[in-house]
Amino acid sequence: MSPNLRRRSFLLGLGGALALGGSRMALAAGPPGEKRLVVVLLRGAMDGLSAVPAYGDPAFAALRGPLALPEPGQEGGVLDLGGRFGMHPSLARLHALYAANQALVLHAIAGPWRSRSHFEAQDLLESGATQRLPDGWLNRALSAMPPEPPGAARRGLAAGLDVPLLLRGPVRVGSFAARARNRPDTETLALLARWHAADPQLGPAFAEGLRARGFSAEALAGQAPPPRGVNGFLVLAESVGRLLADPRGPRVAAMELDGWDTHAAQAQRLGNTLRVLDEGLDALRAGLGPAWSQTAVLVMTEFGRTARINGTQGTDHGTAGAAFVLGGAVRGGRVLTDWPGLGPGRLFENRDLAATMDLRRVAKGLLADHLGLGAGALARAFPESGDAPPLPDLVDRSA
Amino acid sequence: MTPLAAHAAIRFGLGNRPEAQLPADPRAWLTGQISPLPEAPGPSLAEAFAAQRQRQRDPTSQAVSDLFRTEALAWSTRMITTTAPFAERWANFWTNHLTTSRRAGQATVMLGHYQRLAIRAHAFGRFEDMLLAAYRHPAMLFYLDQSGSIGPSSPAGQRARRGLNENLARECMELHTVTPAAGYSQEDVTTLARLLTGWSVGRGAPANEPEGFLFRARAHEPGDKILLGRTFPEGEEGGAEALRFLAGHPATHHALALKLARHFVADAPPAPAVARIEAALRDSGGDLAAAARAVVAAPEARAPLRKLRSGQDYAIAVLRALGLGDEGAPMLLGTLARLNQPLWTAPAPIGWSDEASEWAAPEQLMRRLDWASEIAGRTAAAGVIEPEPLGEVLLGPLARAETMAAARRAGSVREGLLLLLASPEAQRR
Repeated sequence: MSPNLRRRSFLLGLGGALALGGSRMALAAGPPGEKRLVVVLLRGAMDGLSAVPAYGDPAFAALRGPLALPEPGQEGGVLDLGGRFGMHPSLARLHALYAANQALVLHAIAGPWRSRSHFEAQDLLESGATQRLPDGWLNRALSAMPPEPPGAARRGLAAGLDVPLLLRGPVRVGSFAARARNRPDTETLALLARWHAADPQLGPAFAEGLRARGFSAEALAGQAPPPRGVNGFLVLAESVGRLLADPRGPRVAAMELDGWDTHAAQAQRLGNTLRVLDEGLDALRAGLGPAWSQTAVLVMTEFGRTARINGTQGTDHGTAGAAFVLGGAVRGGRVLTDWPGLGPGRLFENRDLAATMDLRRVAKGLLADHLGLGAGALARAFPESGDAPPLPDLVDRSA
Repeated sequence: MTPLAAHAAIRFGLGNRPEAQLPADPRAWLTGQISPLPEAPGPSLAEAFAAQRQRQRDPTSQAVSDLFRTEALAWSTRMITTTAPFAERWANFWTNHLTTSRRAGQATVMLGHYQRLAIRAHAFGRFEDMLLAAYRHPAMLFYLDQSGSIGPSSPAGQRARRGLNENLARECMELHTVTPAAGYSQEDVTTLARLLTGWSVGRGAPANEPEGFLFRARAHEPGDKILLGRTFPEGEEGGAEALRFLAGHPATHHALALKLARHFVADAPPAPAVARIEAALRDSGGDLAAAARAVVAAPEARAPLRKLRSGQDYAIAVLRALGLGDEGAPMLLGTLARLNQPLWTAPAPIGWSDEASEWAAPEQLMRRLDWASEIAGRTAAAGVIEPEPLGEVLLGPLARAETMAAARRAGSVREGLLLLLASPEAQRR
């Protein structure tokens, strides 16, 4: 291989594959960790009391008015989680995973912030800190993992057109959205890549984009472009599952889904968005195939919504809400909560579900028990979080 | 093109056009644009409401999407062909500051009208007038759920047992005016929501109501209200007074100055530039023309270009450099969608980001590359322009010698054009 060709191949992210000549060699270079972690950000604040209604709480029905769905067993009723809580009927697939002990629910959960601003709270959720940081906790967690073997994809993968703050930081991550067309010839790309490399802002992103395309096209060979008009989140989730399933693919991915800011006419809008989430999570599972058994998925949002409905059949920005952890490696079939109650005097500032669990504990529990991060790495991922120790027993450690 | 003229066209404008004769004095060219823009024609609010009603009667009706497309094409043509590109960029800045979006379906049909008449018409007027025009426009009243917010103690609230929706009030304080730096409380947000109760949208002729803003006194929360220590009276005027108070608040002037400097100077704007724009707003009572003059005069804005173009900026600049006319408008709209920035469809009330960290993302840059490649192919096939003149229009003295040399000696016109359109300097403004 001439030096020129090698440089071009490297720029296209194919260098490793050509040099190693297949996955057998990649394995010989040391087996990569097999555990997979996916974080799904629900942007806009999911209403936890609609996704996971506390129908067993005596104050629930009065607070929620027409947003309170019928109890389990009735027509259009919630799907039971064991007598106190239910799951919204649009989350039928997630409920089936719960029944198969592969999904667990966390309730009355929130981050340590008390901001009701979407933008501030999302930044804090992704920063993993009580102040905004320029990088995200998942990227800092990646920095504690060994670098990917030559020829393998980046360990971290951002699904979608942008890299969320959660995955920004010193460790380079891959990015995947859709298949490329109109690709210029290799020589021109190599020249453009060299020009961009001199620009500190554009250089890393441009190189990463080329690399991601080389890899994604390879892993998804034969895949037709997604048809128009289908659930884009579903298509993306299925592709992310396949990339994660690849023996040389990424191991940590972040996805996002918006449409949760239901200030008005919540019943219909939220039902649709929950269904998109439900179908997307199921597509992720399908895409992962057998690797699902080594996967944990954390689904979280920036804050919950008001316990009472507002004047326009919706809910306003609140405090605590619900989160989900699912996957073949998860010890599911449980609702983990220290339920604060919804009755008189129990609501935070007389309007929101009170927070009794720190969301960082869940993330730290997964980083510790699923990805095997030590105490030092956890402290770097979540600075000043000594009061939020890792939540134990989220996953089956022998899986 | 001199370096200063290139700055005027690229940093402050929307990119140069082949036929544009930039004057010897770029500063005068910019300040000459600081005067009320000629009205942009388009469908009326009555036509927008009629389209809405038609679709309600017949779900297969294309009336709403047709009207949106008419507005969007008119905007696109304006962006590609305007001879006052600084003034149009300025209006786009404020459209993004007071974001409304297709994400709220009811607003879709009115977004063009909103841009033209609530924002653009006030682009060089007083900020409080723009804010009030925006908040009285049905696009904003629908987008941030204000139209259905009802005072719990008002006659309508008592009868229907409905109540407040604090969405507009919260975004007003957080994003549009004082920002959290002013240290307001949840109580202040709720109070502003009470002040604005009754600000609603008429249902038009069939209901014997106006097609547009309507103050519903029966939905207005009674009584005086205290916001940030100030008392405001009951009634429509109380809400308007509160908005004028917030618009003229020192914290608002600071927030607007910071945002303007971030847009025109650098992601982390130098403090002196912010301070001068802030002073211009304060001393003029919130006159946006004074702010524009301060922005143009900022010596910091003569530093090398550091801003990264958004998807919208990049697409407009390329189509202008190719010298396209209204035939480029449909392509601009399609390109905005491809570059993840579809027109008037911001994902959240904060609007599109103005920082490089959002736009320097791998997939974003790959999509720009794909599009540049496609454009280069089409342009070469049609014989629109050769690499060397394109480089002069698109980049002028800001082109690196290496870029121009490679474009000149490229194996094909297509490749030469691509190297210019996809060069790193073409991403800057």
